[in-house]
Amino acid sequence: MNRQAWLDFWEEFRESKIGIMGAAITLLCLLIAFLAPLISPQNPYDLSQLYLQNSHMSPTLLSKWSYEPFVLGSDGQGRCMYSAILYGLRISLYVGLSSTVISAAFGTFLGLVSGYVGGRTDALIMRIADIQLSFPAILIALVIMALWGQGLFKIIIAISVVNWVFYARTARGSTLSEREKDYVDAARATGVSTTVIMLREILPNIVAPIIVIATVRIAHAIILESTLSFLGLGVPITEPSLGSLINEGYQVLFSGYWWITIFPGLGLMLIVLGINQLGDRLRDVLNPRLKR
Amino acid sequence: MLGYLIKRMLQCIGVLFCVSLVVFVIMYYSGDPVEMMLPPEATEKQVEALRHHLGLNKPFHAQYVSFLKNALQGDLGTSFVFNKPAVGLIVERIPATVELAVSAMVLAVIIGIPAGMYAAIRPASWLSKSIMTGSLLGISLPVFWLGIILVLIFSVILGWLPSSGRGETALLAGIRLGFPTKNGFLHLILPSLTIAIFQLALIIRLVRAGMMEVMLQDFIKFLKAKGLSERRIVFVHAMKNILIPVVTIIGLQLGNIIAFAIVTETIFAWPGMGKLVIDSIHGLDRPVVLAYLLIVSLMFVLLNFLVDVVYTFLDPRIRLR
Repeated sequence: MNRQAWLDFWEEFRESKIGIMGAAITLLCLLIAFLAPLISPQNPYDLSQLYLQNSHMSPTLLSKWSYEPFVLGSDGQGRCMYSAILYGLRISLYVGLSSTVISAAFGTFLGLVSGYVGGRTDALIMRIADIQLSFPAILIALVIMALWGQGLFKIIIAISVVNWVFYARTARGSTLSEREKDYVDAARATGVSTTVIMLREILPNIVAPIIVIATVRIAHAIILESTLSFLGLGVPITEPSLGSLINEGYQVLFSGYWWITIFPGLGLMLIVLGINQLGDRLRDVLNPRLKR
Repeated sequence: MLGYLIKRMLQCIGVLFCVSLVVFVIMYYSGDPVEMMLPPEATEKQVEALRHHLGLNKPFHAQYVSFLKNALQGDLGTSFVFNKPAVGLIVERIPATVELAVSAMVLAVIIGIPAGMYAAIRPASWLSKSIMTGSLLGISLPVFWLGIILVLIFSVILGWLPSSGRGETALLAGIRLGFPTKNGFLHLILPSLTIAIFQLALIIRLVRAGMMEVMLQDFIKFLKAKGLSERRIVFVHAMKNILIPVVTIIGLQLGNIIAFAIVTETIFAWPGMGKLVIDSIHGLDRPVVLAYLLIVSLMFVLLNFLVDVVYTFLDPRIRLR
């Protein structure tokens, strides 16, 4: 895309206030996650910074002593919830983004091959996708995590395995229509290999729908991660994501320590809604069928 | 039609076979349950004896074949933890999960269809706008977070509803169900509401989109010209046309609900299949996890099959091949 195309895109994108809000929330969360070690008052993983006499401090957010620590309270180990949430957001976004990148790359490649090569390869890949789609995503991810065990890397792979289908289907559909176009014939006539045609000619032309799907799926990936972590099957408790923080807080919700579960939950809600709104807006702007 | 049915049956069997193979392969390579089952001071000989007793020392294909052979006879192994047949453990928990799933679906349908229709017919009213905003929230919020919010509001703050377990149950036609007793009904409200909200949001959006499309069609204009009341047009003629996608979604979502019941049952300590499987995963109880997966896959495959067949009866335009 050249400069003018970007400007046109921006002009159209900013027409919707909700879309702008979604983009702003997403950017803010990304920035917070990136800068977490710099802006959080303590390192929640460093046990030497935690003191048990600080455990279960209630939030001082609304108190008049604005310089007090533990703005969002503390948990049973005296960990500052505000820092824990910043670091949790970091883990959640990291899992969401990296699983999206992996599944998008893998799924797009398979879809490209499926659509371009056709025949038996296509039938096989699409049949696997159909079977996988007939089972709920959470069940597949749960099975993988249950049998493989907890871990940051493992959950990224599990979510990627769940999500590749969506990219493969989209990429295949777009490839089928691109493949018949003249520029592909021209490339073929010059005698370049199939791989080059797929990667250099077709791939750049099917990127837009993939990006839209990816934005929407990031939110799903984050929800899936937090759900698995909530069930105790996601990231290990030494590096808690938002889901594990919510789980930890839920255990003590009935003792009256509501802040340990509510604030991470609000954080999760914010990031998911922000990304969803951004994704919806991107879909409207990039979808050629809706163009005036 | 018969040819289609046979073809679909064979496909279902193929899918189930794949599922059993995949699950078995992952389980086989996922580690040895023996060390978890015995106390750390067990001797080498005791470990070997247990391994032999469970058939874990045989080669892969022999283990798989004996597993399949037993599975076809309804025997999916014995739970390591409860020392009871795995299938029995799961089957006795099916009523709890199905009660939850069905009551959630009923809730979603009786609220969702009228709300979606209203949002389609009066799109400008503030009620429609709040319905649509609410449904957007309902679709994008994580289920477990919704459950926690409901618990916080109705159990912790207000203290109106219980948040754990199933309460009293009564025997109805040989099945233990909670809703006939007052206590069991109160226990059912929060978990089924948790599951219902996502489905409700989905049905509202589906009904609204379908209704808006139908109301623009020629036959509606014709009915208006004929002088029929709006009420009759909406509730009789338009409604018939939006029910097909709704029925499909209900069928397909029932499978999803059963899967998502895992999360809800964990939050509310609901003694269903989902809670059992999470406990079994944490307790490394292989046979129960395996049996759960196969039984749930069977349910999904059957549900998908039923939805396809019902679809053709509802919509004569669809031809099965």
